[in-house]
Amino acid sequence: MKKLILALLASLALFGSAQANTEGPAWDKFPTKRLTDMAALQNGAKLFVNYCLNCHNAAFMRYNRLRDIGLTEQQIKDNLVLTGVKVGDLMKAALDPKDAKDWLGVVPPDLTLITRSRANEKGSGADYVYTYLRSYYRDDSKATGWNNTAYPNSAMPHVLWELQGQQRAVMVDQKDPHDPSKIAHVFKGYEPITAGTQTQAQYNDSVADLVAFLQWMGEPEQNSRVRLGVWVMLFLAVFTVIAWRLNAAFWKDIK
Amino acid sequence: MAEFKEAPAGAGTLVQASTWLENRFPTAFDAYKVHMSEYYAPKNFNFWYFFGALALLVLVIQIVTGIFLVMHYKPDANLAFASVEYIMRDVPWGWLVRYMHSTGASAFFVVVYLHMFRGLIYGSYKKPRELVWIFGCAIFLALMAEAFMGYLLPWGQMSYWGAQVIINLFAAIPFVGPDLSLLIRGDYVVGDATLNRFFSFHVIAVPLVLLGLVVAHLLSLHDVGSNNPDGIEIKAKRDPKTGIPLDGIPFHPYYSVHDVMGVSVFLMIFTAVIFFAPEMGGYFLEFNNFIPADPLKTPLHIAPVWYFTPYYSMLRAVTDDMVNVFVGLTAVAGVLAFLKGGFKGLWKFAPLVGALVLAVMLKSFDAKFWGVVVMGGAVMILFGLPWFDKSPVRSIRYRPSWNKILYGVFVVVFAVLGYLGIQPPTVVGTLMSQAGTLFYFGFFLLMPWWSTWGEFKPVPDRVTFHAH
Repeated sequence: MKKLILALLASLALFGSAQANTEGPAWDKFPTKRLTDMAALQNGAKLFVNYCLNCHNAAFMRYNRLRDIGLTEQQIKDNLVLTGVKVGDLMKAALDPKDAKDWLGVVPPDLTLITRSRANEKGSGADYVYTYLRSYYRDDSKATGWNNTAYPNSAMPHVLWELQGQQRAVMVDQKDPHDPSKIAHVFKGYEPITAGTQTQAQYNDSVADLVAFLQWMGEPEQNSRVRLGVWVMLFLAVFTVIAWRLNAAFWKDIK
Repeated sequence: MAEFKEAPAGAGTLVQASTWLENRFPTAFDAYKVHMSEYYAPKNFNFWYFFGALALLVLVIQIVTGIFLVMHYKPDANLAFASVEYIMRDVPWGWLVRYMHSTGASAFFVVVYLHMFRGLIYGSYKKPRELVWIFGCAIFLALMAEAFMGYLLPWGQMSYWGAQVIINLFAAIPFVGPDLSLLIRGDYVVGDATLNRFFSFHVIAVPLVLLGLVVAHLLSLHDVGSNNPDGIEIKAKRDPKTGIPLDGIPFHPYYSVHDVMGVSVFLMIFTAVIFFAPEMGGYFLEFNNFIPADPLKTPLHIAPVWYFTPYYSMLRAVTDDMVNVFVGLTAVAGVLAFLKGGFKGLWKFAPLVGALVLAVMLKSFDAKFWGVVVMGGAVMILFGLPWFDKSPVRSIRYRPSWNKILYGVFVVVFAVLGYLGIQPPTVVGTLMSQAGTLFYFGFFLLMPWWSTWGEFKPVPDRVTFHAH
């Protein structure tokens, strides 16, 4: 049995993680109210197109679907669509995947379903992205000059740094609770280095809007699905009562 | 051929049309009588008797939604994932059809597990219903194949790696394993060839088998008649004039209207999942499966969908230590059969020789292979249930009271095995699943003995029924 467990553990160590790590600090809660706030979703769409779509695809999503969050086709054409792209086209990144691999070492993942795929025991995928985009800090030991507490050694630099400003992570050396002979770096909080164009509260709002957009994009039907579901449940409740009384009417003969 | 019938003079159009049809297609009219209006079912069916009809409903839902999904799905490794998202976004109501199908898969197993449990507690597999049970077990097996192959089609990370792990299991079979897994995959890794053949099996081959088995299951049931919660044969007490069982009532309208009520409650739960929690917290649609399949990136933790996890736990439970336990149990069984088996002459030594051969085989093949045998055996053992159970009564109602505890423990063990199968392996978890595996097999293999122990309660002549 030991052999098998060791083999399993060894094979686990070999596997790269395709999902967010379950270790590390807890995730902040994404304010879910924004999902039904059209202004927030529209602001999120704007941030997404300006900051994310340069490198990341949203290749399962069409631009004209943004009509669902209250934009007109003309607004989408004028403000969001890149030149030479039709409004009915899929949201593809400007960056060529081959170049991305050369420059960043990885092809940036498609973001259409990013919030659906990143959920785990620590929270929803939206919680994860909301935490991740607010957890960047300066780290000169990294090629990009940035590191992230929610996803250590992230290949992505802090794209939103002009908004947030720069911060550094305060690490405290503590004795490792499992092994007193070792010293562990424990994260204690952030300290601002330079201010951004937004205050901390404004930046949190911007990230919440962006994540609301990502969450909506993961399943554009999610809000109407729930509304329709309420009607279906009401119908079935009435139908169940009728079925119950019909059954009783037939079964009263059976003694 | 039956007599040609004449509609009475002045009869309405409907009666005339029906007479015209009956003269040309009497089989349909006979079938309606045999299976609906003159199929006499016991009047004391309870809650547990909804699940057969519900399983049929879910089968229809899966077939109909499946037909619409195939109109837009692309069985191609480069296009499959995107085509599912196309269904979710660009196909009108595609999201609803897809969620019905994905929720339907889980609902099918919920309903079938409950249906099987009903058969278990009321002894519905016992003579003369052995074939009904066997067809049912074959349906369960076909359903597992159907679900496993269907799960590959969205071509997400879990689809891909789940299929990779399960197909690799076949490679553990001695001598033929590597060739067999190559045959299943159609390639050296799971790829486009695998996707295409799984698609073919999922949409046509297995559904045809499934439908045929369902027909056989129902026909054989209607030949021998339904069991009931009391486990009494209603055909034993008939009306002397009509020959109709005294405790039997026509399936239609009594049980058709009853099942409509069950269906409406079921649909409330089913649609609540579809509209409010289609992912069901990652159990019905796994989070990792929203990442396209990547042959170069193995997920940290690969677990099958929840309905396979009890069996997956049993597979993982078979370690080298567990094989040693099997060897020990084989030795004990061999010696007991030698001493108490009652074999004559040279046959007296057959159990000892058999046990020795089995023990040698256990030690000479890889534990992984025995894990596969255990996983397969856990399903196959269900087929033998009618012959394991030696109890003089069918229903748990009239079995010794401690049987209820035993069946309760069985359910708990099965659920715990399911839970452990979802979790990453741990030392304690492995020990628990080993104990669970032994209990599961012990429950069935020792049934010929324990099912005869204890004090049985008197079985009534007529069914227990309280008018509504």
